[in-house]
Amino acid sequence: MKATPERNLNNHSENGLSTESKEKLNLLKADVIATRKVGRLERIIGKETYRILKGLVTTPTSIIGLVLIALFVIIALAAPIIAPPIPGTNPYSMPRDGYSAQPKPPMSEWKSGTPPIPFWYTALTGREEWVHLMGTSSNAYDIFYGVVWGTRTALKTGVIIEIATLIIGILVGSISAYYGGVVDNIIMRIVDIFMTLPFILAALILAAVLMPVLGRSTLPSVIALIVFGWMSYARLIRGDILAVKERDYVLAARVIGVRNSKILFKHIIPNAIFPTLVMASMDIGTYVLNFAALSFLGIGTEVGYSDWGQILSFARDWITQLGTYWYIVVYPGITLILFVLGWNLLGDAVRDVMDPRIRKMQEASSSSES
Amino acid sequence: MTTYIIRRILLVPLLLLGVTIIIFGMLQFLQPAERAALYIRDIPKNPEALESVIRTYGLDKPIYIQYWNWLVGQKNPNTGEIHGGILRGDFGYSRVGAEPVIDMIKHRFPATLELAIWAIIPIIVVGVWLGIQAAINHNKFIDQFARVFSIIGYSFPAFVFGLLVLMIFYANLKWFPPGRLSNWVIAEINSGSFKTYTNLMTIDALINGRLDVLWDALRHLILPVITLSYISWATFLRITRSSMLETLNQDYMTTAKAKGISTKVAIKKHALPNALIPVVTISGFTVVSLLGGVVITETIFNFPGIGSAAANAASQLDVVTVLGFALFNGVILILANLVADILYALVDPRIRLSTN
Repeated sequence: MKATPERNLNNHSENGLSTESKEKLNLLKADVIATRKVGRLERIIGKETYRILKGLVTTPTSIIGLVLIALFVIIALAAPIIAPPIPGTNPYSMPRDGYSAQPKPPMSEWKSGTPPIPFWYTALTGREEWVHLMGTSSNAYDIFYGVVWGTRTALKTGVIIEIATLIIGILVGSISAYYGGVVDNIIMRIVDIFMTLPFILAALILAAVLMPVLGRSTLPSVIALIVFGWMSYARLIRGDILAVKERDYVLAARVIGVRNSKILFKHIIPNAIFPTLVMASMDIGTYVLNFAALSFLGIGTEVGYSDWGQILSFARDWITQLGTYWYIVVYPGITLILFVLGWNLLGDAVRDVMDPRIRKMQEASSSSES
Repeated sequence: MTTYIIRRILLVPLLLLGVTIIIFGMLQFLQPAERAALYIRDIPKNPEALESVIRTYGLDKPIYIQYWNWLVGQKNPNTGEIHGGILRGDFGYSRVGAEPVIDMIKHRFPATLELAIWAIIPIIVVGVWLGIQAAINHNKFIDQFARVFSIIGYSFPAFVFGLLVLMIFYANLKWFPPGRLSNWVIAEINSGSFKTYTNLMTIDALINGRLDVLWDALRHLILPVITLSYISWATFLRITRSSMLETLNQDYMTTAKAKGISTKVAIKKHALPNALIPVVTISGFTVVSLLGGVVITETIFNFPGIGSAAANAASQLDVVTVLGFALFNGVILILANLVADILYALVDPRIRLSTN
């Protein structure tokens, strides 16, 4: 037990106790914790939500995940300060230092088209000339700008895909579960068909056919990933709604004559939606990964757009010389991995906290140990 | 169980219909002139000739007629030959490959098949072994290690992992090159001094008794196999672990222990057979996705299989080719899922012994 100053104030006598009686005291305290007070926060958000939130801020892996995600959000928000764009240009297009095809190593000097120097750079290094912090890729695109502004691209695309797939999934899933019977059967077969298509190939095609129609931007890949990404949420919410539908309070609502639509939207969906929402929000990492994969294959944004997958695709031109030009792979690669890792660590913790089967097992094992 | 299998088989035509509709739907984003590649090799540049091609193959007709033509093909009134028709195995012409899409698939498939054969063994064996170890040693070091390993595996995009191993083992150490064969082997094949029978290079090398060619083929396979294994282990580990944990907590395991048999025997005889049931499904799924061509891994290692061909065609906007690959992929996915589900029914006593 850690003796915090506060505790010492409350328990002056504790220091004088023998180790044995200290242990007894601890056991007593454990009993006290078992019948703990219900805090205000817990009363407001409910026991289950409180338990999940508490699990998230106390599990080491999820803390690392949260820190990583927070870091990326800060980078995305502070992008104009971290890597100030050249005034009057699109901040998302990576600034170029000339047109040379040859990549330049990290810390080499900007020769032409230098963007404004951020204040922190001179403060930290005392130097007056801006350098390529992470080197340049093929065609002299600055990797540092790509990585920093690519964080914005990643978060934006991830969140948009997430929200859109969730809305489609929840709508389809709840309609399917609520109406049941033939409707359910038809909708679930459609879900089966969409799931049968090889995901990355299907998204690749849709993005490729959309590209001439919509032009090169983030849009074709985003739409493609949405169209082939909603199915698992539909299945998830459908299962939860089917379970909630059988609860007594739904029956009670029926008995007293509440309208069907009100039962669905007021009683069933709010009680069934939470697991899907939480699980889904952790998938942003996966979406960003898939988006980067499409860019890596040459589908999506215009050349020079700040997008991690695209910088990595530049490395394909230098496969034989990757030993020299390692920085084209390493910087954007590690950024992407950390981003996805952050979401996956958090998601893993969420799954553990929320999975009742695992919870039961943990309770069983902890009780057998004590 | 029979009802289960019959119902499962009846689902196949429905899935096939759905997949063809989605793929055909995506074709509608193309101009009629581009869709002409579904039927003919050379799309004429001259507007009048183009117009006549569009009319001949009904590319301006209502969608359901076009869909039907796409399925069964369309007769050219001048020559009387039937062109196109995916049911006849004609997927159209590939602009990128300069050959019929179906020939392109035939040429590319052996490479993909060989990669799949070599990759599937380490994926399943190591992945399942790790999962079992993690579950048996629940919450001990190996479990925590396996857990971190699998989360990192999930978070490691195949293309970053692939580029990193290429950087280390090819660019720096020069051990394992990308591609499928070295130039001297290709030269021998072209000159006829090395005969190909199956087009699976490792097997052909054995038939020819050429260990140098075998080593060359293996050298090219190692990096893609490592990449595929690493990204698949996470899935296998996780599924085996959770399934095994669930099984270990079943009442019959307590009974087995109460009977007094050793933990080892209890795990081997009672837990494993049941815990591995979900692994059957995921294995089937993995085999199929490997056979369908692993787009990203093949692209990084420049491995001339189906996946890299599809990616290449997509980046050059040769949609007819990619759709052909997707169709091929979708069909084997549907058939293999059927096989996996039937296997699942045979393995799982809860389904095997059910009467309704």
